Amino acid sequence: MSEKVFDIISSGKILVSDGAWGTMLQASGLKNGECPESWNLLYPEKVGTIARSYYEAGADIIETNSFGGSSVKLRHYGLQDKTIEINKRAAEISKEYAGKETLIFGSVGPTGKFLITGDIEESEMFDAFAAQAAGLAQGGVDLILLETFYDMMEAQIAVNAIKSVCDTEIICSFTYDSKPDGSFKTMMGNSIEDTLGFMRTNSLRIAAANCGNGFRQYRDFAEVFHEFSKDIPLMIQANAGLPLIKDGKLFYPETPDFIEEILMEFINHGVKIIGGCCGTNPAHIRKIKQKVIEYQGH
Amino acid sequence: MITDILSQIKICISRGKVDQKSTYPSDLKGQKGAYELTDEALNSGIHAKIILNEALIPGMEIVGNKFRAGQIYVPDVLIAAKAMKSAMELIKPYFISGDVKYRGKVILGTVAGDLHDIGKNLLKMTLEGGGWEIIDLGVDAGAEKFLTALGSGDVKAVGLSALLTTTMLNMGPIAESIRKFYPDALIMVGGAPLSDSFAQEIGADFYGESPQEALEFLNEKIEFGKF
Repeated sequence: MSEKVFDIISSGKILVSDGAWGTMLQASGLKNGECPESWNLLYPEKVGTIARSYYEAGADIIETNSFGGSSVKLRHYGLQDKTIEINKRAAEISKEYAGKETLIFGSVGPTGKFLITGDIEESEMFDAFAAQAAGLAQGGVDLILLETFYDMMEAQIAVNAIKSVCDTEIICSFTYDSKPDGSFKTMMGNSIEDTLGFMRTNSLRIAAANCGNGFRQYRDFAEVFHEFSKDIPLMIQANAGLPLIKDGKLFYPETPDFIEEILMEFINHGVKIIGGCCGTNPAHIRKIKQKVIEYQGH
Repeated sequence: MITDILSQIKICISRGKVDQKSTYPSDLKGQKGAYELTDEALNSGIHAKIILNEALIPGMEIVGNKFRAGQIYVPDVLIAAKAMKSAMELIKPYFISGDVKYRGKVILGTVAGDLHDIGKNLLKMTLEGGGWEIIDLGVDAGAEKFLTALGSGDVKAVGLSALLTTTMLNMGPIAESIRKFYPDALIMVGGAPLSDSFAQEIGADFYGESPQEALEFLNEKIEFGKF
């Protein structure tokens, strides 16, 4: 694909991305303590079935099963030497099971380690992201999506690392919490202004937020963001609210019906890519697609 | 004079001024930090217990309260904890000799399947800063690990942490095992996807949104003689 995602959404098109992977993998039999990304090598058809289910629900964008695919995270399972292979397969599986026109976003999550406490050296973090990005790029992703980031220092290293191995388009999605004064900040205290500055410095053209505390909270986020910038396209992948337990199983309060009205507000606040995070499933994505079609007519 | 140096130490902790070398915060550059001032206080004959209770713990309390109120963020807590740690190095010998006592022993761990330790570490720093002794089980800790640690004896409470919605479910069975074998240990849970109702559902004794709440919970239990 030669057209950049930025150009597609700049033309006015709203794109629908996919929903949660972790919970779907568990439903397919992933056990506690098992490395989700190892399934790209062990059970590609099970991973592919998830990609397929989101494609069939109407997603224009399918991610890859590689959120924890940096070599730092894979090291915990002794799989660090397979970083490139695991990520390459992640991209290939999503491509194979999605449609021809589907955009494949290579998912990259944070390392879980903190530079500020000296848990990890910058160079190790850089190498971890570079290897992951190389694998995703080799597998043919259309874009690399850094998601659930909270620390701009780590995000900066990830962006540098990706740029050192490929020229794939990048989106960096941060997780924001709402503050009592109505503002939104990441856990490390980065504000929307901070992350917009980060985007500008790195020539990233699409802003993004994910996970957090549900669609309702990110509706407020979209409104606040819209005040900062009416020009920068925004991507939101919200989770389905904070999970509760019902009969020993997790239950997410924001059902597809619950988010229906919020989706129109997303669109009115200029959100250009809408998808889900933890607790969302193909039914949520179907609902999002339905609302987007209602809005833009196709 | 005594109150002077104690209040200076408290400021160093709450603002994260580790030692004289540290360049943060910039307006305190070149000045003595928590480490030097604690050393001076001990040399001038102030009892370690006084330094702990009237400077170090109150300093961390300021940090914990500001973090809870959303006025400061994770990096601020980490840097304050670093200042606390540098001072505690000097206080440690007094713990060993028995001149100063911990308030009690608490086990902390991120539950099985979850590799994220920031929440657990923030709680550790806050509880240590509040005078508690911590046994840290690290990440990906299953029931067995918790039970083994509980076997070391005299544990007042166990804290379970999870960042992922996919791993928070693992808290239930771990809490159940702890309850079965160590019914007196308090079970505390925390983490981004958790809520009070989830905590109640799995039978935890406590859920808090911020580390400071957990510290207050434990301190209160001591005060009312629950331990």
